[in-house]
Amino acid sequence: GKMNQEEQVQVLGLWGSPFSKRVEMVLKLKGIPYEYIEEDVYVQKSPMLLKLNPIHKKVPVLVHQGKSIAESLVIVEYIEDTWKTSYPLLPHDPYERSMARFWAKYVDDKVMLTLWKACWGPESEREKMVEEAYDGLKYLEEDLGDKQFFGGETIGFVDIAADFIAYWFGIAQEASGVMIMTAERFPKLQRWSQNFVRNNIIKEVLPPKEKLMALFKAQFGNNASNEA
Amino acid sequence: MASDEVKVIGAWASPFVMRPRIALNLKSVPYEFLQETFGAKSELLLKSNPVHKKIPVLIHADKPVCESNIIVEYVDETWSASGPSMLPSTPYDRAIARFWAAYIDEKWFPSLKSILKAEGEEEKKAVLAQVEEGNALLEKAFNDCSKGKAFFNGEHIGYLDIAFGCFLAWLRVTELAGGHKLIDEVKTPSLSKWADRFCNDPAVKPVMPETATLAEFAKKIFAKPPA
Repeated sequence: GKMNQEEQVQVLGLWGSPFSKRVEMVLKLKGIPYEYIEEDVYVQKSPMLLKLNPIHKKVPVLVHQGKSIAESLVIVEYIEDTWKTSYPLLPHDPYERSMARFWAKYVDDKVMLTLWKACWGPESEREKMVEEAYDGLKYLEEDLGDKQFFGGETIGFVDIAADFIAYWFGIAQEASGVMIMTAERFPKLQRWSQNFVRNNIIKEVLPPKEKLMALFKAQFGNNASNEA
Repeated sequence: MASDEVKVIGAWASPFVMRPRIALNLKSVPYEFLQETFGAKSELLLKSNPVHKKIPVLIHADKPVCESNIIVEYVDETWSASGPSMLPSTPYDRAIARFWAAYIDEKWFPSLKSILKAEGEEEKKAVLAQVEEGNALLEKAFNDCSKGKAFFNGEHIGYLDIAFGCFLAWLRVTELAGGHKLIDEVKTPSLSKWADRFCNDPAVKPVMPETATLAEFAKKIFAKPPA
């Protein structure tokens, strides 16, 4: 039957944002229905967004039981806490949980920015940024090892946090012409990316490649024209 | 064979290091404190936290746990039977605690640090305004989270109390240096009372440095020429 108003989950998101998509991926993996509200934050922030996330004024925001939660990984942990039994994303063991949180934070705080700067930063810094990107990815390559996903046999917390690396980054590399996560250098991460984006549920959530490609090219231009 | 021993690699002046120490104290877990020398990183630290090479690191039965707030959650989950829960009981309240802890690390503490580094009256005024805005948000957060009780976490010190309270000594040093009160009975009455309760708690007192000692240390490290 239909969920009553209190139980309904709403997500305020942005179609192209890996942060926003983390939340949608988790809801879909756990089979939780939700209402999606697109916020074109680059054009205008709606009164609803400003009311629900007054501190950061960003998406994603999750609304559940009349209360709003911001910050994508905080939202993911909330969903995990609330809907514990379906498709658990975090292990039971405290040490394993701490490792999952560690790697998710590492991706969020360090790796994503490093990869982005390597693709789109100034030409004069390119070599240094690419080296940093290699360093950033090498720890993830190591931790992944021979596992299918960071979470083991199923998608877990770290895989969700690393969604940018699995999908957006490939497109960013193509759009910018800066190749970093090649199959030669990072065979495990390459294999993992493909496992991730081919997952039946994940692939339905991912934004269309052409649309992202056009967005990246428009926002950041051709690297040749960015020479210092 | 790995023993059950707990070690914390850290430094007395670091607010981040205080976090796991307070958590362990709250759960009455004995640990060995391995003090790093300022300006040098030990072999054990580099081996235990190769990714960031930073303190604190908690080592439990020879396994390292890194990132201060993550360590606090680990302590809470591992020794759950040894003391009250450090996180609230509902998923929503837990999300709010994590949200504010992230805000404190990503926005509030960087603006506090920039007060000490600010050059000129204009810059100083701007960063002070930022910190005060943050404090006003945290005052409200305290009133919302505590629901009339003594701490962010309710009756007992918890994750968010630790995440914020660890900065109180540095906050007092900043107030002294700038001659400007940041948390006080007028601007932030609830936080002001909470700060006293927090600092006087037996789990916190042994690891919170005296303001005067920390002020001396701050003078030394900020007096160093740029690298």
